[in-house]
Amino acid sequence: MADVLLSDSQKAESLSPPSAVTGGLDMNSSLGQSIRFILIQNRAGKTRLAKWYMQFDDDEKQKLIEEVHAVVTVRDAKHTNFVEFRNFKIIYRRYAGLYFCICVDVTDNNLAYLEAIHNFVEVLNEYFHNVCELDLVFNFYKVYTVVDEMFLAGEIRETSQTKVLKQLLMLQSL
Amino acid sequence: MAFSEHWHIRTFPFSLGPDPSFSVSCYHNEEVDMTKSQLRMPAPIRLRELIRTIRTARTQAEEREMIQKECAAIRSSFREEDNTYRCRNVAKLLYMHMLGYPAHFGQLECLKLIASQKFTDKRIGYLGAMLLLDERQDVHLLMTNCIKNDLNHSTQYVQGLALCTLGCMGSSEMCRDLAGEVEKLLKTSNSYLRKKAALCAVHVIRKVPELMEMFLPATKNLLSEKNHGVLHTSVVLLTEMCERSPDMLTHFRKLVPQLVRILKNLIMSGYSPEHDVSGISDPFLQVRILRLLRILGKNDDDSSEAMNDILAQVATNTETSKNVGNAILYETVLTIMDIKSESGLRVLAINILGRFLLNNDKNIRYVALTSLLKTVQTDHNAVQRHRSTIVDCLKDLDVSIKRRAMELSFALVNGNNIRGMMKELLYFLDSCDPEFKADCASGVFLAAEKYAPSKRWHIDTIMRVLTTAGSYVRDDSVPNLIQLITNSVEMHAYTVQRLYKALLDDISQQPLVQVASWCIGEYGDLLVSGQCEEEEPIQVTEDEVLDVLEGLLVSNLSTPVTRGYSLTAIMKLSTRFSSVNRIKKVVSIYGSSIDVELQQRAVEYNALFKKYDHMRPALLERMPIMEKTASNGPTEIVQTNGETEPSTVEAKHPPPVTQPTNQANDLLDLLGGNDVVPVIQTTIPTKPASAGGELLDLLGDLSLSGGPAPAPPPSVPTSQPPFLLDGLTSQPLFNDIAAAGIPSMIAYNKNGLKIDFTFERANPNPNIAVITIHATNSTEAEMTDFVFQAAVPKTFQLQLLSPSSNVVPALNQGTVTQVIRVLNPQKQQLRMRIKLTYTHKGSAVQDLAEVNNFPPQSWQ
Repeated sequence: MADVLLSDSQKAESLSPPSAVTGGLDMNSSLGQSIRFILIQNRAGKTRLAKWYMQFDDDEKQKLIEEVHAVVTVRDAKHTNFVEFRNFKIIYRRYAGLYFCICVDVTDNNLAYLEAIHNFVEVLNEYFHNVCELDLVFNFYKVYTVVDEMFLAGEIRETSQTKVLKQLLMLQSL
Repeated sequence: MAFSEHWHIRTFPFSLGPDPSFSVSCYHNEEVDMTKSQLRMPAPIRLRELIRTIRTARTQAEEREMIQKECAAIRSSFREEDNTYRCRNVAKLLYMHMLGYPAHFGQLECLKLIASQKFTDKRIGYLGAMLLLDERQDVHLLMTNCIKNDLNHSTQYVQGLALCTLGCMGSSEMCRDLAGEVEKLLKTSNSYLRKKAALCAVHVIRKVPELMEMFLPATKNLLSEKNHGVLHTSVVLLTEMCERSPDMLTHFRKLVPQLVRILKNLIMSGYSPEHDVSGISDPFLQVRILRLLRILGKNDDDSSEAMNDILAQVATNTETSKNVGNAILYETVLTIMDIKSESGLRVLAINILGRFLLNNDKNIRYVALTSLLKTVQTDHNAVQRHRSTIVDCLKDLDVSIKRRAMELSFALVNGNNIRGMMKELLYFLDSCDPEFKADCASGVFLAAEKYAPSKRWHIDTIMRVLTTAGSYVRDDSVPNLIQLITNSVEMHAYTVQRLYKALLDDISQQPLVQVASWCIGEYGDLLVSGQCEEEEPIQVTEDEVLDVLEGLLVSNLSTPVTRGYSLTAIMKLSTRFSSVNRIKKVVSIYGSSIDVELQQRAVEYNALFKKYDHMRPALLERMPIMEKTASNGPTEIVQTNGETEPSTVEAKHPPPVTQPTNQANDLLDLLGGNDVVPVIQTTIPTKPASAGGELLDLLGDLSLSGGPAPAPPPSVPTSQPPFLLDGLTSQPLFNDIAAAGIPSMIAYNKNGLKIDFTFERANPNPNIAVITIHATNSTEAEMTDFVFQAAVPKTFQLQLLSPSSNVVPALNQGTVTQVIRVLNPQKQQLRMRIKLTYTHKGSAVQDLAEVNNFPPQSWQ
């Protein structure tokens, strides 16, 4: 346990830009990357993908996953696709039974990330030919590859669907 | 290569067996639990099969059991150093990890996979490293070497994997060690690697800001790149550098024209299939450039000037039928707001937000409100133009939109639109979810206080809030409203009538009921006389009013505080109504209430009826106009409306040596000099008041009966301020205060009557000695009609306050106390002549005595 605590404080130090960070979860919002994590969950709260761009403990990750599930699933069509979440916001989109959530800074452009999610889903759809939840379940490692082709270090890396798909096919052939 | 050799040396230990320096604790423990029989395993099941099996689990427990079994198999497979199935096993482990199960014993296996030559192994290995490793692991050193090797690999996909991993989970040490490689890749001609390297550099800078300089040379040609992906990531890198360092920001300002050109090309260029989204060419790049422009143009006139035109072009030429277009517009608006843009451009930006408010897409309405909220202070008039649209958003279904619309609406209220805006907001208050009510109510109060066009409107508005959202308002709104009402003298009849009607409708909203009780108590006479000018007067009888107030006393809906208000109101009506007997009855009933607060109140009021009936009209007189205190003064009002005297319960039976004078002074000070001065016929300027004794009397030992003692000629005749009862405070009235160092003395001791003097110096004026007399009676019969009088030489002035009683109980079972204040400006030795009259065993006794043995401290 002592081990975990120690690493926590180290984490806080290395994570934070010079300004104060009070704890591992108080992700500094004035500076730093845009995307803190990407989550794909189904309605029951099963994680289909969790990509972290910040360092968290496993316990913290699990807690965040549950919290996101709790705030996102209670919303329906009459709500916006944005939820304030701790000192961040979650931009999410629901496709069938799946929630695609991106946690970003409050200052980030909600609409652009909404578009980025859609872009991502379109790539998945193309890649898996009419994607469904089971595709993501059985090919979860491929989904991670797609994420890594489109996002890196918490930023959008490539937005061209054709280019991403081309690279993905190359990677698959290796 | 040197590194690969190093790597092999380091890896050998764990291919031979677990090395304590590298193993994770769980790895070790399991070692013990394992039995040999489990080690001989057939080929492990495939990932697909495992996933399928796990999905058949019907309960959580079943799933857990399956996973435990599989984990055991994987562990033993790991231990056998099975290279063939390592990749499959790690993949299965990662799946289980994603389901929330611990998988950290696979960390070292990931490293082994990364070191493998097969790309599929590497891919799972890196994925595992990103998911399972974090910065605290010792294996990071090994990781660093692996990544370093792979960054220099001949295959771009391997290099890409390594960059990706570094950008995702690289610790600051790793970043320091590998920044050189990243920088090298940033300069390659391979765009696939270049864009990854650019974002990797962003990660490195975030982890180790001082490495920023290193990437500066590589940024030179980044913007001349044609490839959108590289351009996009380069802009991200530049943004990161500018945000972190003012020097970089200055340095990169020269790039503004180039960025403007790129943006121009983007919006002017026709269809480019690769990066097109809904007919708009690379919106993501546009957004990023606009964001960088925002940072560059902030607080810089020249840069802002250089981008004014392009911002206007983007703002007018962007297609808005789809979300992407609006994303760009939104970013443009943010940039216009942040830089030193022309005023025309700012108006354009706010109008874009205004148009957003009319959009069907709730997301767009949301961002519009959020941004308007940010800019409402600086561009108030421009935002004001969209007021009606904003107010319409109060009716939105989404709570986050509603909340922002509410905040924005309050920000837009001013003297000109207050009536209209309040109408909307009160309507909103009526219909909104409970979570909004408290904020909305206090917003209405604030706005009404600031911009109320008339007193009547103000009172109506607050009353409306209390009737619609009474249980949600903050505690201080009750005293605030009472103060407002008191000070609007011409509105009293109207207000009390309105409140009375509101009470008839609903007695569940406690703050409303409290205000109403208070007002009925104060202005009950206006209510029954029906002399309201503002609206049709109502016809009520005194009994009806009392019925309502008594109803409050017994209602289950009433809180104890409300009951207190109600009882006090009934009491006050005893001087305004003719039905005194009914009131007396009510008050006496509550003398035995189980609610201590209520009981005390009733007992006090009872005493007022019985013993001090002559003072009652004065005490219950109407409240004077209260001065508005700067701090919204809720506490002062609470004190003066006669509702809170909690501490007096314990102080009811003061010990014989109590010296309440100082407290009485505090009390009088609290009442304020202005109100008190006219009733004191005295020339002593520093003497604030004199009536404390009556008050103490009132609250003192109530089992005794009697009246105030007449003062002897030299003393200053006093009368009571008219609102003593209302002036009660929660100050500790009867706390013991030792007679600060002045010894007490026996002034008189004859025929069983003993009189002690205790001393105290009046705090604000050292020339005043405060003497408290304590009369005790050691005989078997009580002394009634006890009067203590005192006289002093002409150089002194003396003021005699009322005694606590006129009966001195027998057998030292009680004390009569009385306070004397002596002004001694010349500090002469104190002398006093006292006269005592009382009736003992049926015969009148009178005695005179001279007191000369005052302790020197009492007059020096």
